[in-house]
Amino acid sequence: MTVLSQEEVKHVAKLAKLNIKDEDLEKIGSQLSETIAFVNELSDLDNETSKLGETHQVSGLNNVFREDTVVESRVLTQEEALRNNKNTYRGYFVVDKIF
Amino acid sequence: MKNMDLPGLTIKDALEGFAEKKFSSREIIESIVLRIKKLNPELKVFLSDFYVDAINYSKKENTLLKGLPLVVKDNILTRKFKTTAASKLLSDFQPVYNATVVNKVLDNGGTIIGKTNMDAWAHGSSTETSDFGSTLNPWDTSRLPGGSSGGSAAAVAADLCIFALGTETAGSIRQPASWCGVVGLKPSYGLVSRYGIIAMASSTDSPGPITKTVWDAAFILNIISGNDPYDATSINVSKKDYTKELDHSISGVRIGVPKEYFSDKIDSQVKQTVMSSLKNLEKMGAQLKEISLLDPEYAIATYTIIQRSEVSSNLARYDGVRFGHDRSFFGEEARRRIMLGTYTLSSGYYDAFYRKAEKVRTLIINDFQKAFENVDLIAGPVSPTTALPVGATDGQSMFGEIADMLVEPSSIAGLPGISVPCGFVNNLPVGLGLIGARLSEELILRVAHQYEQSTDWHKRKPKLTL
Repeated sequence: MTVLSQEEVKHVAKLAKLNIKDEDLEKIGSQLSETIAFVNELSDLDNETSKLGETHQVSGLNNVFREDTVVESRVLTQEEALRNNKNTYRGYFVVDKIF
Repeated sequence: MKNMDLPGLTIKDALEGFAEKKFSSREIIESIVLRIKKLNPELKVFLSDFYVDAINYSKKENTLLKGLPLVVKDNILTRKFKTTAASKLLSDFQPVYNATVVNKVLDNGGTIIGKTNMDAWAHGSSTETSDFGSTLNPWDTSRLPGGSSGGSAAAVAADLCIFALGTETAGSIRQPASWCGVVGLKPSYGLVSRYGIIAMASSTDSPGPITKTVWDAAFILNIISGNDPYDATSINVSKKDYTKELDHSISGVRIGVPKEYFSDKIDSQVKQTVMSSLKNLEKMGAQLKEISLLDPEYAIATYTIIQRSEVSSNLARYDGVRFGHDRSFFGEEARRRIMLGTYTLSSGYYDAFYRKAEKVRTLIINDFQKAFENVDLIAGPVSPTTALPVGATDGQSMFGEIADMLVEPSSIAGLPGISVPCGFVNNLPVGLGLIGARLSEELILRVAHQYEQSTDWHKRKPKLTL
């Protein structure tokens, strides 16, 4: 059974931008390992799936296009766009520094 | 209109009552609001209590729904009302537009009287993972309503609305409908627009109706289905009246009974109840055929990978910048799912997990296609058990997947399905599940309707003390 090390759990948490407390690492690691062990049973089907393609969506549609025009009824006002934001400055979103 | 059970009305009965001027939608809403005030403190169905305002906009005589009150699962955006997906992260989120399904019910004269509880982010099958506490099952308040659309199903069962909207990714309409003894229709993927639904697993999310009867489900499907240019996965099929052929004969309809859906993992009394409903269908002219499908266990594993992967991607947008609180507000279940999905999509593991799951998905689709060469519908229990006690999900990281094992295969394949009440085990409702090929809603509804009309299960109501 694949067991995720605490380092791996920390790495995944970092990729997912989640803060996991050190004391929770073990518990989450073992829960994730348990689920991974469960889904690993798909390997039983390797023979059946070796020649099959992947299905990413089941709508039966391909390449759905629309005109590149502005739909007025769908445009948010600045006030609406910012309504649920907790940190604005002169009508802009405030975000963390990237660089 | 004294002494009439207005909250207990179906859509059909209400519309007939309006035509005969027996009562008004305002009277229905008022009696339901009164009932909500009495029952909601115990059942905890609603996440926001704005139903007191509902009466102000119930004058809609010239519409299909004529003001009839409905409730809406709280992962469906409503411009007027807070939408939380039962997560503290969105505890004060005020949408700036309506979901397409919301616009459709409002344009057709529906009156939204409340937003209903659910598993947080729709991650679960119990409503117990709601950050605001679980809804309780109206049939037994020591038990769970199922989920994730548990609040919507409980509201319909307890007559706290005339009908409800829910969403299903894999079981979230059908399983709570089964546990609460009501009708839940999960349409073919793409038939009902996802625009304005808080995304969970975008490749399987399907909004649909939860109702008191099959006719009502067909009537609501008429309203909410149809192409939506705002959802690129929305399909373009000609409009149908799904109520039209409900009474056409079901003689000769071939119903496949997969032995894998009656395995020893399914409660024996649930199996017996469903089996006897199938015998009933046989008497009505349907042909039962034993068939074999891929073990649903594989669908659980496939769904788990696909769903967690899509969740990790969809929930990346909650960065606390445009809406909601920051990511520390995610509950335990959401964090677990995001992390597993991040892992299965990450470099080095993508092929072993995600790619493999998407191949098994093809296998599952082919498996169903093969089955539908010989049968018209597939029948089985919706859930392996009846409603489980409060607390059943404690420490169970795969609870939802096990509870939904019989509906996950069809969800992954984008097929339509229904849960229709088919009996009781120890006074708890059991749901008969019917699954059809893509876009076979008419046939599913027709068989479900005629089964329902041959029984009185749908007429039974939970005993609730007012």
